[in-house]
Amino acid sequence: MFLIQCPWCGERAETEFSYGGEAGIVRPLEPDALSDAEWADYLFNRTNLRGAYKELWNHAQGCRRWFGVERDTVTYKIEGSYELPSGRAGKGA
Amino acid sequence: MKEYSAFSLLRHAASHNRNWRRAWRSPEPRRRYDVIIVGGGGHGLATAYYLAKEHGVRNIAVLEKDWIGGGNTGRNTTIVRSNYLCPESSLLYEKSLKLWEGLSQDLNYNVMFSQRGVYNLGHSLQDMRDIERRVSANRLNGIDAEVVTVAQIKKAIPLINTSPTARYPILGASLQRRAGVARHDAVAWGFARAADARGVDIIEQCRVTGVNRDGGKVTGVETTRGTIHSDKIGIVVAGNASVLAAMAGMRLPIQSHPLQAFVSEPLKRVLDTVVMSGAVHGYISQSDKGDLVIGAGIDAYTGYGQRGSFQTIEHTMAAIIQLFPTFSRVRMLRMWGGIVDICPDACPIIGKTSVDGLYFNCGWGTGGFKATPGSGWTFAHTIAKDEPHELNAPFSLERFISGALIDEHGAAAVAH
Amino acid sequence: MQPNRLKQGGRIDRSRALSFRFNGKSYEGYTGDTLASALLANGVSLVSRSFKLHRPRGIVGAGAEEPNAILQIGRGASTLPTQRATQVELYDGLEARSTKGWPSLRFDIAAFNDLVSPLLAAGFYYKTFMRPQALWPWYERFIRAAAGFGLAPREPDPDRYEHRNAHCDVLIAGAGPAGLIAALVAARSGARVIIADEQNEFGGSLLSASQTIDAEPATAWIEATTAELDALDNVTMLTRSTVFGYYDHNFVAIVERCTDHIGEDVAGVRQRLWRVRAKQVVLAQGAFERPLVFCNNDRPGVMLASAVSCYIHRYAVCPGKRAVVFTNNDSAYRTAIDLRAAGASVVIIDSRAEGAGALADAARADGITMLPGHIVTDVSGRRHVSGVRVAQWNGDVTSTVQNTINIDCDLVAVSGGWSPAVHLHSQSGGKNAWSDDLHCFVPAEYAQANVSAGAGNGKWSLQDCLQDGLDAGIEVIARCGIEAADVTLPLAVEVASRPLEPLWRVPAATDPDRCPKQFVDFQIDTSVADIRLAVREGYRNVEHVKRYTALGFGTDQGKLGNINGMAILAECLGEDIASVGTTAFRPAYTPVTFGVGAAENVGDLFEPVRKTAIHASHEAAGAPFEVVGQWHRPWYFPQGDEDLHTSVARECLATRKSVGMMDASTLGKIDARGPDVVEFLRRIYTHDVGKMKVGRCAYGIMLGEDGMVMDDGVIARVAERQFYLTTTTGGAAPVLAWLERWLQTEWPELEVYLTSLTEHYATIVVAGPNSRRVLQDIGCNIDLERDSFAFMSVRDAELAGIAVTLFRVSFSGELAFEINIDSRNALKMWQLVADAGAKFDITPYGTETMHVLRAEKGFVIVGQDTDGSVTPVDLRLQWLLSKDKDFLGKRSLSRTDCVRSDRKQLVGLLSEDGKTVLPEGTQLVDDPGAAIPVPMCGHVTSSYYSACLGRPIAMALVATGHSRRDEIIFASLADGSAVPVRIVSPVFYDPEGERQND
Repeated sequence: MFLIQCPWCGERAETEFSYGGEAGIVRPLEPDALSDAEWADYLFNRTNLRGAYKELWNHAQGCRRWFGVERDTVTYKIEGSYELPSGRAGKGA
Repeated sequence: MKEYSAFSLLRHAASHNRNWRRAWRSPEPRRRYDVIIVGGGGHGLATAYYLAKEHGVRNIAVLEKDWIGGGNTGRNTTIVRSNYLCPESSLLYEKSLKLWEGLSQDLNYNVMFSQRGVYNLGHSLQDMRDIERRVSANRLNGIDAEVVTVAQIKKAIPLINTSPTARYPILGASLQRRAGVARHDAVAWGFARAADARGVDIIEQCRVTGVNRDGGKVTGVETTRGTIHSDKIGIVVAGNASVLAAMAGMRLPIQSHPLQAFVSEPLKRVLDTVVMSGAVHGYISQSDKGDLVIGAGIDAYTGYGQRGSFQTIEHTMAAIIQLFPTFSRVRMLRMWGGIVDICPDACPIIGKTSVDGLYFNCGWGTGGFKATPGSGWTFAHTIAKDEPHELNAPFSLERFISGALIDEHGAAAVAH
Repeated sequence: MQPNRLKQGGRIDRSRALSFRFNGKSYEGYTGDTLASALLANGVSLVSRSFKLHRPRGIVGAGAEEPNAILQIGRGASTLPTQRATQVELYDGLEARSTKGWPSLRFDIAAFNDLVSPLLAAGFYYKTFMRPQALWPWYERFIRAAAGFGLAPREPDPDRYEHRNAHCDVLIAGAGPAGLIAALVAARSGARVIIADEQNEFGGSLLSASQTIDAEPATAWIEATTAELDALDNVTMLTRSTVFGYYDHNFVAIVERCTDHIGEDVAGVRQRLWRVRAKQVVLAQGAFERPLVFCNNDRPGVMLASAVSCYIHRYAVCPGKRAVVFTNNDSAYRTAIDLRAAGASVVIIDSRAEGAGALADAARADGITMLPGHIVTDVSGRRHVSGVRVAQWNGDVTSTVQNTINIDCDLVAVSGGWSPAVHLHSQSGGKNAWSDDLHCFVPAEYAQANVSAGAGNGKWSLQDCLQDGLDAGIEVIARCGIEAADVTLPLAVEVASRPLEPLWRVPAATDPDRCPKQFVDFQIDTSVADIRLAVREGYRNVEHVKRYTALGFGTDQGKLGNINGMAILAECLGEDIASVGTTAFRPAYTPVTFGVGAAENVGDLFEPVRKTAIHASHEAAGAPFEVVGQWHRPWYFPQGDEDLHTSVARECLATRKSVGMMDASTLGKIDARGPDVVEFLRRIYTHDVGKMKVGRCAYGIMLGEDGMVMDDGVIARVAERQFYLTTTTGGAAPVLAWLERWLQTEWPELEVYLTSLTEHYATIVVAGPNSRRVLQDIGCNIDLERDSFAFMSVRDAELAGIAVTLFRVSFSGELAFEINIDSRNALKMWQLVADAGAKFDITPYGTETMHVLRAEKGFVIVGQDTDGSVTPVDLRLQWLLSKDKDFLGKRSLSRTDCVRSDRKQLVGLLSEDGKTVLPEGTQLVDDPGAAIPVPMCGHVTSSYYSACLGRPIAMALVATGHSRRDEIIFASLADGSAVPVRIVSPVFYDPEGERQND
């Protein structure tokens, strides 16, 4: 059971969190401008790194905030947690 | 290949078992092969075997980074079945099941395929709808399947808890009688021995470190034992598909997760079939040695560590006690984990890539072991003919672009 | 009475005799005995049979390494399978039996296997039982009948288990000398300490020896140390507690056995699982002695030397009178001296050329015969050892030897050296390295916050263990940022030892393939010849060898035999042990009961049952419940002895004719508000939420980014910047998480606040032509007539003076009101509605009637009529897809597969015979006579008998369904028949929607 640092609540057990997969996948601003292949790349393809990985976690049983974690996917060692950027320029869905 | 038989056992016993031959050679890699298979698990070895047997390819290497059968092949809970929901998957798994049915004889290696039946339990009205849908589809596809009542379940599995007041009461199940379990290591070794006998070079301790391309064509691989050339490379490395894809400059729609399992201490015969429950998240069978073999759910995070978190095991123990309250006093002997590569639609990828001569077979998620012969058979066809067999054509990478996903989530709500 | 019990000594309580039974015969032992020590005290030598060859077996060890004494303990529901007698504490009335051997343990027919053992060599089963193919199930029956050790209980577990979470600065695994002194320094320094040991008392190896610390018996030091620890409130001391799992981020699992030593049917918690998060861990579990591998080394009476010492010192049991001690190192000399002191005659066979050194001198002084430069090559005796064959040996392991001496004996104590218990270190991710000096694996690289100490770290002498433990304790508290308190290193007098000379396989009179079996893994019957065979056949990697020969797959998991096996493998391969490599150890260190893993989460507590605020009323009404996720929802409300179908027919008709009421509280409810809520919901839902007027409701769907329908519900705009969203029952939590995720990760610039109201509000649906009058009769403060409160409106109101939010929405197609009310008032309101509705014969209905009513109207249930591969277009909901804006999933809808015209689309189905209710899930075909595999064109998603229409109706997903109106296709039933069905509109009732608009 991992010990995960929530940037707001501190170190908590893994069971309090839900996993959000790879971090840094940005929704395209203009989906219609993309080819099917480009859209599929956003939708499905992942680097799925073996090694240092930036990923998203949510403190679901706590403050319910999403945040980033850098974790090694082989040793499972966590380098640290970070807050997600806030208040970016408006993007459409 | 010298035959294995009761007679050969007798003959060798008389000479103190000193004259048995090697099951497979340990050759030095050659500079060039007609086909290179990267990955010496069950799927890779089966691919090499069927390439040699069905397609007459003679000059094949299987490159294994460590020891053959050491990945998911040797770490799974050995369930074999074909009662999947979608016609595409059920036909593929049924091809595999048919191969399983004669595999020991074909390989002359007893893989102990034990067709003791698999029960998929239903615990809610929606579960029962899904079961009805799956069984109905299976039957039309020529796959044996039936819906069984609680009374029938209780008769076949006396220790199961069929109380209507259980937290998740059992309402019924699907039963595939031809399904069962097999001896996992034997599958790798049997394919290795049979492939070796047909001239396949099985090269262990040979890690691929790069995929060489000439423009849009593949030309070979870099390995820890030097460069090996080939115009056709089949990559079948469950648990590391994304890593090899990155070497070839690709990303795959795959996420790799830990999947755990555990066994009990060996018990006298107590369970004669395989029981799977999606709703309570557990599945269980008893090996011929007597261990209860129990599969846990998938850990949520990406993980290549071949281990997961303990709470997943705790939950599975609770699930097993839900189904079998009498197993509460049985003890877990050993737990372990594998790496499952999961596609968004819980279905594999078997086919060509955008690079000529480069083929991928991956994304089997929790369903890889049962597919071993069928996966190898269709992948061999795909590599030999440079086009997929109709059985694996739907399982292309292209489906993620077109959107023609094969939604098996309904049938695979729980790991299996 | 107890022939092998010594007159004095031991840590047993002779004043408290206990009686127990083994294989039906009564014996006596003492409090403080283990089952193994009591059996040995009574001279019971044969305790079980081996797994494959059914060879007679006796007790070998004294702890977790025991391979043979695997017994069934207890009776009935509280029976325990596969227990190691060496770790079972004796209690009065204990009943044990061996599960191997038929007709009896002594005369076992299956011992025939031993006679034909060359046929049953490693992996033999891979080479036979293949022909004829049809006979495999028959062969397998025999294999299965022979396999296994324990008998699973046939009744549910009567005992209770619990979980306990704990945090500490320092966790210490093992309370031998190293662990205790590490605990002492950490505890004195003020660190929060947990120290756990699998034994019934602290002390570890010191309990089995006659060593001194600071010139006192070591036991005095143990007592003083444990007393000091006990007095400190920053220390938790756990006896009978095994640290069995070392997981990531210093999460360590301990199982504490609370009552097993007392007996069966004991009140209280049987076992407790401690889930510990430790800042630092000290691993001090000691070491295992290795046996020596010679012919027939598995005969009862051949024991580990350290185990013999343990039985003498700790239990006052001397397992033999005429002992041979066979060793390649000095530690067994202590056993020889112990045996002599216990009155046995002793011969030491030492494989090393010289019998020199202080311990040898001491042995000689005790009158012990010494044969240095000799080896035991074989054992005589079948059910118990009667003698050994001894040969002179020059140190050449590849040679064969001539037996020169036969020595009669009834006990052979063997020692092949020691292996640190590196299991937990390995589990933690740490690496082990082979030590050429110590001839064992020792902890090398650490992966987590832990330190190994003592014998587990390759320190053999007591003084070194104490020093190492003290150092480890100081180290870990320093890492915790705690200053070390003063602890003086105690002094243990050491006799100088001579180094071990490795002897992995003892040469025999013939070569290793022909000689009598030399066992490496006792329980599983893996012999030297098996390993050699595996290598010969190309199974050369250590993992292949283990799997092919089953080495290490017994219940001791190789604690006894693995290192010998690896060394023998290395010899076969011509490599050194280090390059053969170790195998990773997995949890559990020793087996762990499923029950303690599950603990409280069994029975009804497996998962929480969620009940609505009105549940009690449904229960009183006798409604059966449907399990929907974690919820229990009333399924139908039978009157008298009505079955499901009559009840549902009545409920449906009553609702359509007059009025019905249902508890819809499980629907997910989310309050969404904030300055940017409109923009946010425009991105989430497919239609344009911005166009909704305040006070109005709309049906909305949300898609996954893959374009597939994810959830649906009602959206109510309760204020300019405030919405009230409902979701499906199953969608309540995932939809909230979905919305939060987009808001936080992708659109943090939007200021929106989301609150789940699912549990806060209960929802009572009142549906049917008389529903308005029911509400009016309760007393409503707003005008409920159509002109002022139209269909798809929302209002805050008061009913009988109680604040509610009223929704004029309908999932039944009738005039209907949904009353949302604080959960605390829900039961009261339910009763008010029932009372006011009495004069209209108001009828409560459950989920089944709800399903029928909505199906008559063609309303889909997401998750039942859809399955994750259904687009809104497939459901004919294209009118809900805004063309003016982007929304999640929109782009996916234009992918080539999503615009296919032959997609499966939602239709209605009517069975042509007007009678057959199609089973839900049934597959649909165009041509029932087609050859297998029969092409399928769709499947039935919902199917009911509609009492209102007087015929069965169904909904289905059918390929190209939207353009196949009035075509006949076939439903393929389980009995092989095909029922012709007509494709129709899925709206079977009131297609114009006049009733709900009323």
